[in-house]
Amino acid sequence: MSKLTPTPGQTVGPFYGYALPFNKDNELLAPGSPGSIRLQGTVYDGSGSTIPDAILEIWQPDSDGNIVQRTGSLVRDGYTFTGWGRGSVGNSGVYTFTTVNPGPTAPGAAAFISVAVFARGLMNRLFTRVYLPENEEALANDPLLSSLDPERRKTLIARRDPDGGLTWDIRLQGGDETVFLDFQQDGSLETSVNADHSARENQA
Amino acid sequence: MPHEQTAQALESEELVPPAEPHAAHVAPKKVETQADLSAEIKGISDRYAEALKNGRGPETMPRLDYAPYRSSILRHPTKSLHHADPETIELYSPAFGHQDVHALESDLTIQHNGEPQGERIIVSGRVLDGDGRAVAGQLVEIWQANASGRYIHKRDQHPAPLDPNFTGVGRCITGDDGSYSFTTIKPGAYPWKNHLNAWRPAHIHFSMFGSEFTQRIVTQMYFPGDQLFPLDPIYQSIVDQDARDRLVAEYDHELTSPEWALGYKWDIILTGSKRTWTENEAYGDAGDEE
Repeated sequence: MSKLTPTPGQTVGPFYGYALPFNKDNELLAPGSPGSIRLQGTVYDGSGSTIPDAILEIWQPDSDGNIVQRTGSLVRDGYTFTGWGRGSVGNSGVYTFTTVNPGPTAPGAAAFISVAVFARGLMNRLFTRVYLPENEEALANDPLLSSLDPERRKTLIARRDPDGGLTWDIRLQGGDETVFLDFQQDGSLETSVNADHSARENQA
Repeated sequence: MPHEQTAQALESEELVPPAEPHAAHVAPKKVETQADLSAEIKGISDRYAEALKNGRGPETMPRLDYAPYRSSILRHPTKSLHHADPETIELYSPAFGHQDVHALESDLTIQHNGEPQGERIIVSGRVLDGDGRAVAGQLVEIWQANASGRYIHKRDQHPAPLDPNFTGVGRCITGDDGSYSFTTIKPGAYPWKNHLNAWRPAHIHFSMFGSEFTQRIVTQMYFPGDQLFPLDPIYQSIVDQDARDRLVAEYDHELTSPEWALGYKWDIILTGSKRTWTENEAYGDAGDEE
């Protein structure tokens, strides 16, 4: 339980485009290098329209499941995998990352990439996860996924593309809204008045 | 109403169009005025005050669902955020270091050949986690409008002058004590098209990483005493006054540099740590591998 009250977030606004992006921000390794895959998708609003001004960050283990603690994400040397990347969507709401399939961080664990979503009109960043689709047993045993009903669970699992890449869309609102995560279980930080605690109890 | 609007329409609503200084005042559509918006803001504020009186705990974050900021209407989740225990990768943060950020990137007044226009300021403070531990060796990024209230971003067509000597982007890596410091220019207020005569209070966008990815935050720092606070739907999306106050820097004469720049102090508290810390980490042994 934290002792200090956290500073509130605010929207990233419309003008991050000349500040947050940087050269090779979405290339965790060089496109075409051995083991590289494309992670791509589209960000939608509640009317099903694409969002042209969202920016995503991914943070993931390497392909062996190791959590990398190496600097060099902002000035990439082309060889060091740092595990972190940032990608702005284009005018059509599509983002792209070049990365590797994350490995499971423990034997039998479901492999996933942690994602933070920012957008104009989005008051605070949202956290979510994108899981690799293959290991069904691991997915079935995953604490987060197994706490979700099947319809919602699907929103966190990427599709494998024919070229070996991953496609994963984000829907900020609506019937098929992506599951977004609240990690602060020590108060009312981000939950609404009617927060549903049942999933958490099921998990325990 | 806004529910039927596309993202593109909302965008064109939010940004001031090029060229015509008075374009915001001749919008052909049904015009929502500041009075309309202020009434909406007050309604939400009154209901929150009532809830507090009835014993509800204070809110510390902005409301994701805050209709007075029109662009948020189609962009907020309608389902509750799902409680999750952070796991593995989420309990760590990417490592940044001096390979990533040059020391001079923290001075926004020296990025061009000449001095930028406006009031030179120093903004300093510390990044702490929820337990008061310094967040050492982490990345802080800022961006802002110039002294005239104009962003260099191509989408900002507000007819105030660009400053050839000011880009408005800075970065730094926090010190061992979590400290950061930027030298910059006090940004101006700027108009936007949320409603008729909408103006954002002067602010600097801040982006920070903690020791864990769950602590990632992007926010805005404001200046004390801004008359636009009660009118601004983005500032007001944080409905609790104490929480709003956490985004307002404090003028600090100790930070003011004689015959050079005024000083503002602003500390950032990240959300609580979820990881069990080793002694080395607790003392800020950050992973700069240079």
